[in-house]
Amino acid sequence: MSDQNDFQPLVNKENKDVDITSVSYEKVDQPGAKSLLKQAQGFWVTFITMFKKVNTVQYPEVKEPTAERFHGRHQLNRHPDGLEKCIGCELCAWACPADAIYVEGADNTPDNQMSPGERYGKVYQINYLRCIFCGLCIEACPTRALTMTNEYELADSTRGKLIFEKDDLLGPLRAGMLPPPHPMYPGMTDTNYYNGDVKEAHPSQEQK
Amino acid sequence: MNNAQLLLDDPGWIITLKAVIVFAVCVVLTIMSVWGERRIVARMQMRLGPNRVGKFGLIQALADGVKLALKEDLIPAAADKVVFVIAPVISTTAAFMAFAVMPMTGPVNFFGEETVMQLTDLPVGVLYVLATASVGVYGIVLAGWSSGSTYPLLGGLRSSAQVVSYEIAMGLSLVSVFIYSGSMSTSSIVAAQQSTWWYGLVLFPSFVIYAISMVGETNRAPFDLAEAEGELVGGFHTEYSSLKFALFFLAEYVNIIAVSALATTLFLGGYHAIPGLGFTEQWLGGWFTLIWFFLKVLFFFFIFVWLRGTLPRLRYDQFMQFGWKVLIPVSLLWILVVATLRLISTTSQSRTSTFIFAGIVVLIVMGISTAVDSSKKKRAAQVYPEAAAPSFAVPSLPSEITTINVSDNANNRGGDRV
Repeated sequence: MSDQNDFQPLVNKENKDVDITSVSYEKVDQPGAKSLLKQAQGFWVTFITMFKKVNTVQYPEVKEPTAERFHGRHQLNRHPDGLEKCIGCELCAWACPADAIYVEGADNTPDNQMSPGERYGKVYQINYLRCIFCGLCIEACPTRALTMTNEYELADSTRGKLIFEKDDLLGPLRAGMLPPPHPMYPGMTDTNYYNGDVKEAHPSQEQK
Repeated sequence: MNNAQLLLDDPGWIITLKAVIVFAVCVVLTIMSVWGERRIVARMQMRLGPNRVGKFGLIQALADGVKLALKEDLIPAAADKVVFVIAPVISTTAAFMAFAVMPMTGPVNFFGEETVMQLTDLPVGVLYVLATASVGVYGIVLAGWSSGSTYPLLGGLRSSAQVVSYEIAMGLSLVSVFIYSGSMSTSSIVAAQQSTWWYGLVLFPSFVIYAISMVGETNRAPFDLAEAEGELVGGFHTEYSSLKFALFFLAEYVNIIAVSALATTLFLGGYHAIPGLGFTEQWLGGWFTLIWFFLKVLFFFFIFVWLRGTLPRLRYDQFMQFGWKVLIPVSLLWILVVATLRLISTTSQSRTSTFIFAGIVVLIVMGISTAVDSSKKKRAAQVYPEAAAPSFAVPSLPSEITTINVSDNANNRGGDRV
């Protein structure tokens, strides 16, 4: 027991105000097994481990949930009325260290309102052959349009299939959402949208 | 009727059939033991091990074998082609041959013929096993040499040095069995153990030495220096691929089974039931002894796996030191003791002389161990006088350095300076 405690940390003992330019060390005896019996303890450890619960997860059949904030596939989010949050600013593409994101923005028109405000992301591609799942794009996104899901099963058979288009990345339409394009919530500006004042779609937003 | 007499009147077709069965048993046992080993080691490491191919992953090893067979068979340009091809064949053949003299059952009815499950019964059966094991070394050393590459050569040399060294200890540990049983035939040794206790108990030190040296002999963990992945890539079989590699793999596992079978035969009463369960030997017309035999073999196999799961690999010099300086002297001493005791008992001396002799031996051993201990302590306590400082400049010794200066002056820094 005492062997383990004899280990000396690398600090300068003489000088109590720690001087980072100088470290001292002391020779300590290597801890080792004291007797034949102690050495034989290892056999008991491996033997008893045979009857313990295994750690293996039978993966394709059993799927354990990932860590809560695991970096998985990206998702493009929507406002509560169904309009897209992405404004096509390309900040995610610029932030990307692996050059995995390609964005082309376009203007919203009254006939074709995809997101609140002036612009929307017309083309949005993430190349999962390049993506390193660092999450810098998520940090860069000013509208919280881009987030990451916990989905990790991204293997596929061709390179083409691994370039995810906007359709693949867009989040689903939830209750109270209308599929864009449709006009903005009556009486709301894009600032209201970002402040979360819009809770769900208004009947008048539905397009003929 | 003893085994040799029973085997003498075997017709040719039975001998052929038995040879095929021995071969099949070795191959099937290899496949099963690869699976078993991987499963057991996995459990020791809190994993599951192979459980996908077939029920419980049982045919995993078979699938691996098929995979190996279908791989490209590569012969390096620098290799000595003929020797390169022959080497794995030598290894495997030698490994299989050892099994020919193992008595696996007592007298049984084999297709209407009263016989025993033993291919042949040589009067020098155990020596034959040692001899085939030595021939197996040729496979390893030739494989290493003919590969025309550094690591295989080193691995082959290590492996052969190892096997040769541990064979001495192994051979010596068997001497006391010969002395006690009065025979070198495997079946007679099994029979001799019926009249006394198992030799594993009677000759316990021999048993321990044999158990250690059989691990060294088969190049298995913790003595798998020849295949030390961290140092020698794959050792002697680095350059081997496809079926030739599979042959080495097969040879290794057949060797394990063979030395386990020999240990069973010599020390654990062979195919006989454990004491107290002798009535089971009559079950299934004597065939139940086969189950006893393989239970004991599998017990040894489990020990092999257990060692692999527990112990780290030894350093080469430690390993050699252990073999030559511990195992061999101890076995020599033990042979001396056993031979004397045997002489006392066969010349029917009185019990007292046995006890006097045993007492003297104990005293000598105690004396030696005390002397070794005290010399060790003396050496540890010895203070070496410091030599006078030389007149020329020398770097300070590591023990004298108490501080390391890490300067933050950019000009003093080593490495790239732009």
